[in-house]
Amino acid sequence: MTHLGYLLVGWGVTIGVGVLYAASLITRGRKLSARVPSDHRRWMSTDDT
Amino acid sequence: MWADIRLIAGKDLRIEWRSRITLSQVLPFALLVLVLFGFALDANRPVLDAATSGLFWIAVLFVGLMAVQRSTAIETTDGARRALLLAGVEPAAVFLGKALAVALQLLFVETALVGGVIVFYDASIESFPLLAATCVVATVGIAAAGTLLGALVAGVRARETVLPILLLPVLAPVLIGATRAFDDALGTVAVDGWAWLGLLAGFGAINIVLGALAYGVLLEET
Amino acid sequence: MVDSEHTGSRTTRILGIAVILGLIALILLGFFGAPEDDEQRDAVRMIFVHVPSAIFTYVAFTVTAIGSVMWLFRRSIWWDTVAAAAAEIGVLFCGLTLFTGSVWGRPTWNTYWDWGDVRLVTTLILFLMMIGYLSVRSLGGGERATATRAAIIGVLAMVLIPIVNRSVEWWESNTLHQKSSLTDGNLEDLTLFTLVVGFVVWGLFFTWSLIHRFRISWLERELRVRDLDQALVERRAEGREHEGQPV
Repeated sequence: MTHLGYLLVGWGVTIGVGVLYAASLITRGRKLSARVPSDHRRWMSTDDT
Repeated sequence: MWADIRLIAGKDLRIEWRSRITLSQVLPFALLVLVLFGFALDANRPVLDAATSGLFWIAVLFVGLMAVQRSTAIETTDGARRALLLAGVEPAAVFLGKALAVALQLLFVETALVGGVIVFYDASIESFPLLAATCVVATVGIAAAGTLLGALVAGVRARETVLPILLLPVLAPVLIGATRAFDDALGTVAVDGWAWLGLLAGFGAINIVLGALAYGVLLEET
Repeated sequence: MVDSEHTGSRTTRILGIAVILGLIALILLGFFGAPEDDEQRDAVRMIFVHVPSAIFTYVAFTVTAIGSVMWLFRRSIWWDTVAAAAAEIGVLFCGLTLFTGSVWGRPTWNTYWDWGDVRLVTTLILFLMMIGYLSVRSLGGGERATATRAAIIGVLAMVLIPIVNRSVEWWESNTLHQKSSLTDGNLEDLTLFTLVVGFVVWGLFFTWSLIHRFRISWLERELRVRDLDQALVERRAEGREHEGQPV
């Protein structure tokens, strides 16, 4: 395939960055969930100000 | 309203005049920037000629940053912001007054810079009206955007480093437009400078309106 | 009430699986299904990561803009949280758009960057503005103040970007350089289909990320509130001690 190097870099970085970001979201989510007691973890309902 | 604007602008300018910082530090800095560019590029005369407009406006942007930082600092020291709110001055008037003060200081420096560019870069003015109009209109936009964003970051620790990040992208259209208009006014490139002036005017108008609207919210909530 | 040890849920699990499956399909179609271009040869395959990134950059920042307006006019914390989450994801996508565009440009037009390209320059300025948005959010200083500051930047960006676009367009038309646009040609069926798959994958990933990022912010907020409550309780206890009353 022509220009394969460019394609691999472009797609690779895109997918890599996506995976890394997703992983960081999941990790942060877990850490925070651990610190908040389960009855305060609600996020679907809000008492908006 | 107009009285308040004059009041605020007068206050800022008087503070400025008493400290003479614009005269003794900002002005030399601006000229120094021009000179440094000259050192960096002068070996290549055609490059310097072609880049004159851009270099002028980059120098103006740097000066604008300094002017806005100092304008904001006046308000944040000693709780002056609260005092302004309590004094019952309309926030929009504060905004316009401060922006006016910044604009006048900038115009003063720009006058010197035009002289600098003629002397150091051998520039020649083909259309003085266009040159002057560009300076005024672009400066209004810079002052308005700067005053708004200066207020936005006021009272925050990392103010000095965040303001450039916020202000410079916002001022990108000014840089583009003013440079093109100057190219026409200085006769370096064949473009329609007056058309670019229109863009600058639009940008300036939007920033004045947005700034006047947002300033009150910022004064109260931040 | 939610009783899980993480910010996931059934919804996000479904979305996540869909993203992964869609991505596999995209890679297969993108590399082996879609045909190469006459002029660009295989470099055209960059379109399947570049265009979805660009589109969803704008989607993300539009969400931020809407959220900013909702905060300024309705003081809705929910919307402010959504705005912030969308902005973070948008900056990510924007960076990828610029990067993939640059990587695409090199083999195709022999240049990583072109100041004469409206979309490139506008996107760069947008990127910088929204990085400013994220910086403002991290300055600290109280929830309401932060939300207001950020919202103003969000609205400013929304209003100014069309102007920047216009100014760069005029600037570009003064240079002789014109880029060929893939969108005015007819796209081959399979290329078009693959592109749509790309949009779907990006849309699913955007939604997945938005939900997770929103929940993270919400949990952080809970922690801040709890820490504050805790600190208040401790201070009151101190006060009572000093008055000689039992704690």
